[in-house]
Amino acid sequence: MKPNNVILQTVTRVAVFIIFTFSIYLFMSGHHQPGGGFIGGLSTAAAIVLLYLSFGIEKVRENIPVDFKKLAAVGVFIAVGTGLVSIVYGQPFLTQTFGHVNLPIFGDTELASAMVFDTGVALAVIGTAVNIILSISEDR
Amino acid sequence: MIFETILRIALGILMLSILANMYRVVKGPSGADRVQALDSIGINLIASIAAYSVLFHTQAFFDLILLIGILSFIGTIAFARFIERGVVIERKR
Repeated sequence: MKPNNVILQTVTRVAVFIIFTFSIYLFMSGHHQPGGGFIGGLSTAAAIVLLYLSFGIEKVRENIPVDFKKLAAVGVFIAVGTGLVSIVYGQPFLTQTFGHVNLPIFGDTELASAMVFDTGVALAVIGTAVNIILSISEDR
Repeated sequence: MIFETILRIALGILMLSILANMYRVVKGPSGADRVQALDSIGINLIASIAAYSVLFHTQAFFDLILLIGILSFIGTIAFARFIERGVVIERKR
């Protein structure tokens, strides 16, 4: 008999959006408030793990066609690349800078290059966490 | 001053509740009792963090409340699947 997962899958469809939104908020607020790349990536990984729990590996793998090993590698590459860009401008390795930009909706916004470094950290954390859980769950 | 006293009394009651749940975690006859007691401990921790953040006059712990809620939810689902099916993440054979 096929197991019935209707309640779990319906709750997951609503809760995953809330968890993704919360992780994006944590990622964006890391400059002035608690949060940042690590915990943002970790809560994104929690949302992806919730998807794996309720829908199984195959269905998530064909709907999120991301290789998480490559995602971790891309994250580390971005984080190192922000350090190398500062060498190009004649500054020490990993020098961070910021500037004020007039964005269309948000108005005068302070954009820092630490954001790009944080993106790299978040991608590395997502890739590593999901990859660990997937390789543990494969009992072969 | 009276408000602070009320908050501290509430924290004491929450501590007693966590202790009662710990008794159920240790003594509980089946695995489902222990999992449900752990979930209830998570909810009590959320309430304690809320009371502490009022007591300390800070907003820095509000993210933690939502995060503990999410992690407790996912952990309870994983334990429930393990108890029911014997496998946490299922795959087609």
